[in-house]
Amino acid sequence: MTGHHHARGRRGFIEYTIDGLHSAMDRAMYADRSASGRGALQQLDPRVKVAGLAALILASAMAAKLWVIAAVLLAAVVLAAISYLSIWMIATRVWFATLTFTAAFAVPALFLTPGTIIYTLPGLLWTITSQGLTTAGFLILRSETAATLALVLVFTTPWMHILKALRLFRVPVVFVVILGMTCRYILLLLENAHEMFESRKSRTVGPMTRGEQRRIAIASTGALLGRTFQLSGEVYLAMQSRGFRGEVYILDDFRMQAMDWAAAIGFASLTAALVWVGR
Amino acid sequence: MHIPDGYLSPSTCAAFYAGSTPFWYVALQRVKRAMHTRLVPLISLFSAFCFLIMMFNLPLPGGTTGHAVGIGLATVVLGPWAAMLAVSVALIIQALFFGDGGITAIGANCFNMAIVGSLVAYVFYRAIAGRSPIISFRRVVAAGLAGYAAINVSALFAAIEFGVQPLLYKDASGAPLYCPYPLSVSIPAMMIGHLTIAGMAELIVSAGLVAFLQWSDPSLLKATAGNAVALEAPGRPRKTRSLQPIWIGLCVLMILTPLGILATGTAWGEWMASDFASPSIRQQIADSSLHQPAPSAAPRGLEQMYQLWTAPFSRYAPPYIRSAGFGYFLSAMFGAGLVMLVCFLVVRLMRGFVVGRPRQPAV
Repeated sequence: MTGHHHARGRRGFIEYTIDGLHSAMDRAMYADRSASGRGALQQLDPRVKVAGLAALILASAMAAKLWVIAAVLLAAVVLAAISYLSIWMIATRVWFATLTFTAAFAVPALFLTPGTIIYTLPGLLWTITSQGLTTAGFLILRSETAATLALVLVFTTPWMHILKALRLFRVPVVFVVILGMTCRYILLLLENAHEMFESRKSRTVGPMTRGEQRRIAIASTGALLGRTFQLSGEVYLAMQSRGFRGEVYILDDFRMQAMDWAAAIGFASLTAALVWVGR
Repeated sequence: MHIPDGYLSPSTCAAFYAGSTPFWYVALQRVKRAMHTRLVPLISLFSAFCFLIMMFNLPLPGGTTGHAVGIGLATVVLGPWAAMLAVSVALIIQALFFGDGGITAIGANCFNMAIVGSLVAYVFYRAIAGRSPIISFRRVVAAGLAGYAAINVSALFAAIEFGVQPLLYKDASGAPLYCPYPLSVSIPAMMIGHLTIAGMAELIVSAGLVAFLQWSDPSLLKATAGNAVALEAPGRPRKTRSLQPIWIGLCVLMILTPLGILATGTAWGEWMASDFASPSIRQQIADSSLHQPAPSAAPRGLEQMYQLWTAPFSRYAPPYIRSAGFGYFLSAMFGAGLVMLVCFLVVRLMRGFVVGRPRQPAV
């Protein structure tokens, strides 16, 4: 829910929206490719990955020591490396993006948190406290760690497997089905919206006023909503034609192998150790 | 407003997962009951749609851009319970697959935006739209204001969640472990952006799309149109809802009113002129006013204005009743009765006004 100033020269909202849609599709396609790779995590049972990486996120959230959170981050990087995920991609997609967002939130805490003064900015008389520095460190390290672990999960497991693995946490079947359908339609609508904006862009000559831009934005959203409803009707008919009468079944075909059990024990003991030392 | 990981403590996150679960449960039960209908694909597609419109940068008046969440529109089309699910699903997918919002904070984010947002949007939409026809402009305004209110109440919840963290969670040196800003910083910081940019984006999208649906497919607005649907088809008997639970609740609350006496002290800013003469009450005022000492005599203006009107049930203790508990109960009965009487009269007047005017034909 961000707002930023419109000092963009000739690039208008259409181009920016196209960029956003494009990067989301790009991310989804990259995830699809890397999830079918031959790395260490890709071979594991999705349930072990979902539970294990969620436990590590929880360990970093519970830790009250900065070095423990840094250790979780290191573990996440090691997991990414043995799963053949590009560290450069993680640095640009996760670390840099998270840092810009969290730093904007954390920097004022350097000055606003009461405590022992360790430095005074010359000229401004603003004081940085040791507590402010620690709290900013907590915020940045925790959000970087959790974002890295989430990315490792998403880029080593097909999306539908992650959703199916949620059954492990007793998430109701209907909810898993809705999540799965939504995931598919997001990709379809992303493509639809992308085409819609591309075709609009190709028909736009010269600059538009902000009022015109707003009207186009609303009209495009309305058109997308229309397509959404049309699709919903078609999907409903298709479901009915295939015999959908309200009962939902999903195939729980995951099987734990020896390696999965070993990984589960590894995740559990690592998390327990981190929670213990991080108290 | 998508709270990332690390901003809220694990216990806060757990509390919000626990707080959201009953709402999700009820919503799922309702969806299961309606499973044979079009609701499942509709919810899925609506979540996908909400996800998408969070990516549309909307140029706003004043030179900025913002994006909507779609709570207002989802509530108007799907009703509050299905909207809760649709927005939750969009938020979960954003957090899991696109890194927008934290995984530990999914419970809090869903509580703020999907649950509180949908309920606020529903209440505002129904209250403002009233019994107006489905294609009336009043419904466009109602949807816009419902979206605006929903996003702002959600932001306020998020700000409060941020603001309580430094009070509760600190390390040995006193450094906050999670969000470091107290309520005095978090609330204005969150609300300024939402009352202006994000609120406006939600308002424009909700109002604009309801207008679009009025033109393209008004039947989609029926789910939350209530009596307006009945107005369209005079042959169909109007479905009246039983008010019994509300009456029972009201009676229970009235019986419980004497519990109010248990609370000691005076509410901040509700002091009487005579309170300033008592040293113990002055101390209480100072304690609750950041240790600002209270004046030893009542301010002159307060002293003068205080005499203007003496209420018959002053301080909820009618002078002719000895028992404080019974006096409290009687005040509650009298107050509630008075409110009902006024509402009844207003409804009577409004009905005369509405019936007197020719109705606009609805689609």
